[in-house]
Amino acid sequence: MNPLLFLLIIPLLTIVGIAMVNDLAKVRWVSAIGMSAQLLISFVLLYLFYQQRSSGNTDDMLFVSTATWYESFNIQLKFGVDGISISMILLTSIVTFSGMFVSWQVEFLRKEFFISLIILAGGVFGFFISLDLFTMFLFYEMAVIPMYLLIGIWGSGPKEYSAMKLTLLLMGGSALLLVGLLGIYFNSAPEGGKLTFDLTEIAKVHIPLSAQLFFFPFTFIGFGVLGALFPFHTWSPDGHASAPTAVSMLHAGVLMKLGGYGCFRVAMYLLPEAAHSLAWIFIILTTISVVYGAFGAIWQKDLKYINAYSSVSHCGLVLFALLMMNETATTGAILQMISHGLMTALFFALIGMIYGRTHTRMINEMGGLMKVIPFLSVVYVIAGLASLGLPGLSGFVAEMTIFVGSFQHTDTFHRVATILACSSIVITAVYILRVVGILLLGPIKNNHYLELQDAQWFEKLSGVTLVVSIAIIGMSPFWLSSLIREPLNQMINHLTN
Amino acid sequence: MRLEVLLTLLVLWELVADLSVKENKQLVVNLTILFFGIITLSGFIPSANATLFGSMYISDELRFLLKNILNLSTLIILMQSTGWLKKPENRSKTGAFYLLIFSTLIGMDFMISAGDFLMLYLGLELATLPLTILAAFDKKVRRSAEAGIKLMMSSAVSSAVMLFGLSLIYGVYGTLHFSEIALLRDTSTLSVLALVFFMAGLGFKLSLVPFHLWTADVYEGSPMPITSYFSVVSKGAALFTLMLVLFRVFADQPRVWILTAYSLSITTMVVGNLFALRQQNLKRFMAFSSITQAGFMMLGFVNSEVLGMSTIIYFMLIYSLSNLAVFGVLSIVCNATNKERMDDFNGFYTTNPRLSLVLLLALFSLAGIPPVAGFFGKFFLFTAAAAQGMYILVFIAVLNATVSLYYYLLVVKAMFINKNESPIPTLSVSGYEKIALSICVLGIVMIGFLSTVYNYVLHVSG
Repeated sequence: MNPLLFLLIIPLLTIVGIAMVNDLAKVRWVSAIGMSAQLLISFVLLYLFYQQRSSGNTDDMLFVSTATWYESFNIQLKFGVDGISISMILLTSIVTFSGMFVSWQVEFLRKEFFISLIILAGGVFGFFISLDLFTMFLFYEMAVIPMYLLIGIWGSGPKEYSAMKLTLLLMGGSALLLVGLLGIYFNSAPEGGKLTFDLTEIAKVHIPLSAQLFFFPFTFIGFGVLGALFPFHTWSPDGHASAPTAVSMLHAGVLMKLGGYGCFRVAMYLLPEAAHSLAWIFIILTTISVVYGAFGAIWQKDLKYINAYSSVSHCGLVLFALLMMNETATTGAILQMISHGLMTALFFALIGMIYGRTHTRMINEMGGLMKVIPFLSVVYVIAGLASLGLPGLSGFVAEMTIFVGSFQHTDTFHRVATILACSSIVITAVYILRVVGILLLGPIKNNHYLELQDAQWFEKLSGVTLVVSIAIIGMSPFWLSSLIREPLNQMINHLTN
Repeated sequence: MRLEVLLTLLVLWELVADLSVKENKQLVVNLTILFFGIITLSGFIPSANATLFGSMYISDELRFLLKNILNLSTLIILMQSTGWLKKPENRSKTGAFYLLIFSTLIGMDFMISAGDFLMLYLGLELATLPLTILAAFDKKVRRSAEAGIKLMMSSAVSSAVMLFGLSLIYGVYGTLHFSEIALLRDTSTLSVLALVFFMAGLGFKLSLVPFHLWTADVYEGSPMPITSYFSVVSKGAALFTLMLVLFRVFADQPRVWILTAYSLSITTMVVGNLFALRQQNLKRFMAFSSITQAGFMMLGFVNSEVLGMSTIIYFMLIYSLSNLAVFGVLSIVCNATNKERMDDFNGFYTTNPRLSLVLLLALFSLAGIPPVAGFFGKFFLFTAAAAQGMYILVFIAVLNATVSLYYYLLVVKAMFINKNESPIPTLSVSGYEKIALSICVLGIVMIGFLSTVYNYVLHVSG
């Protein structure tokens, strides 16, 4: 049996399990077991992947299995992975795993919470293993819709407004995307023959340039909305700020990566010529995302808003790097996706834990937390350092590679964009250090903070998982970059020829 | 012909039963559902293609499929109406209710099976007149009487418009026979006019904008089972008839009706959506939602090939099940509490989790959210339109689908998110209602995954 199918079956079984358990205390254990199994499967998958490669299997996609679904439309259930999707799957399972433990103390409608969360995660897994545009789109929408309930029911602040805004903007994005996908589908057999949704088949076909130019913006913006592309990013700060902790983690950590992944794998890969001729527009937009997001983070006083704007900036950087379309920069983009996924998840987890103790997220109202909750504070500093790109942590590797790659373009336009984007590193340092200074150091502003408890076991587990992953990528990034090199090489070749 | 004959027998039996059974109306209800269930099943027995009355009546696999969809929907409505019929003020009207429902159904069957515009018109009238009585069924409620009159007026107007179209068709082609018209080709202005008048006539039934003005008032005024009958069966019959005439009779000159369908589709979706946004009464809400959905159905008409036809039927099937699930829950609530406003549903999940989940699934299906069937229905409709290169139309449609998601989510929000001091109490669901809802939910969940359903529809419409 194809090991990829486990990635879909396990969430399904977990949901059934949760639905059947009556005792609410056991619900979280069932979910924890399910998501641990999912994490385990992801690592097994990585191992099997290496095994296949070392035994000389050089196919682009491994573990491919195909079944016809709708014959008349040529829709297939086609699953398969390459190095990039494997690394995304790993990211997803790590973030889901720690998100599960962060939500350990959710009391209200606990069953429903975990079920929605797992549907969300299942949609993401399905998206990353799909090789058929139809199923990809199906899983994409399936991942978006539980957000509405998750934010609306378990969120905080103006949760109804944020949930609606997020859902509608993302669904509006998928409206664009749908048109783009249908356009690709109906041009997938220009010389006659059978139309197909199959990603790898379409890549072999040359879609007429006029069609490419028409459909590229639809597809790219469609996915870009999810990747917080300026000016379609406005759902992100509100959505993230109102969402419950685990949802912010999954959303910023994983779901936003769907956007970058889709932009690259679908929009750019299938419509390469249009990507070349229209890249400049989107480079301008992403540069704005990067700088604007970073500046936005400086002015915010709410911890979650700070992190949400910083996500806009970092995810903008992902799209920016992808649009540079050379090997170094795109490697950096993938690394940045993973690195940002991990550290933003860590940030949101910590913010959730701090909020659970202080009941405020306003940085002005807090201070000196290092003295009372040292574990959480130290982890927060680590996350901050990773975010501003300290060598030894994952952020540095990713951003360094991106800027080296984008500097390889020698024309003025790319240079200017690169330099502007680079400035975000400095701005990032400003807002991270400002928060660390006010929040963690300095005098304790409120006496009741003296009684705060430091992290409990499940919080530690969740935090440590993410910190260790960040450190591993920061210290030995080469296994990861070699994992993604082959598919990237192939895709970049396809893009440039 | 067997469905029509059996239905006529059932109508006669209802007359007798209504006269002879005075006290035990529940027996009539049970037997009616049993008999109608058997009739529905008998529609699935395969039979050879045939024509009757000099091919004024056509029977083939496609038409059987269409009638089966209508029968299935009617069966579900009959089961859902049991709670409503139990009310003391409705008990005495049990026989009349069934009589009228089955009469309209016979009319609709004739519409679908028509091989001649005369037969079609006959069926249409037979389907319409009892509907006006049904709309005014709560005769002591003013709104219901008003609904009846409004429906009567607009039906009369639409019949007139359609008859004018038919007379023009006769003037252009010299015949009203489908098979003869299909062989003649005429592109004169008069034939365009004729076709447009004909489409306008059926547009009233389908509640396409700008012929929709009766919809909201009639839906709101009619009793719940009848509203649900309007939105699913009556609409379905009109849609199928329009589809058969356009795809089978005027297949050779699709340009005219494609343009008409194009513009009708856009206006219907946009206007339906704009009005649905602010509705508080759930019946009115569902009225505008069903107008929007009719706009989506018109998308399929821009593709004059098999793909267009199959996606229309497939969408209608899914729409029927989803809409019936919504109305099923609404009627359970309405029967017990008489509540039909959106804010009455605040906190519904806390007291009635299962019913809320059913409503959630059904609304997601209407909005076209995966993995429920509505997603597949919409996606295929969009594919059919995109196959003709009408990407702008598809884009407008998908944007409208997003807007419609907004107001469907408002109901979800009411049920799951909004707090309520005194939510609707936990309701007991009778056996019939359970069966009806289970059929709907099963269909909503499974139809998308089972590609055989679509393959069958495609095979039949080919």
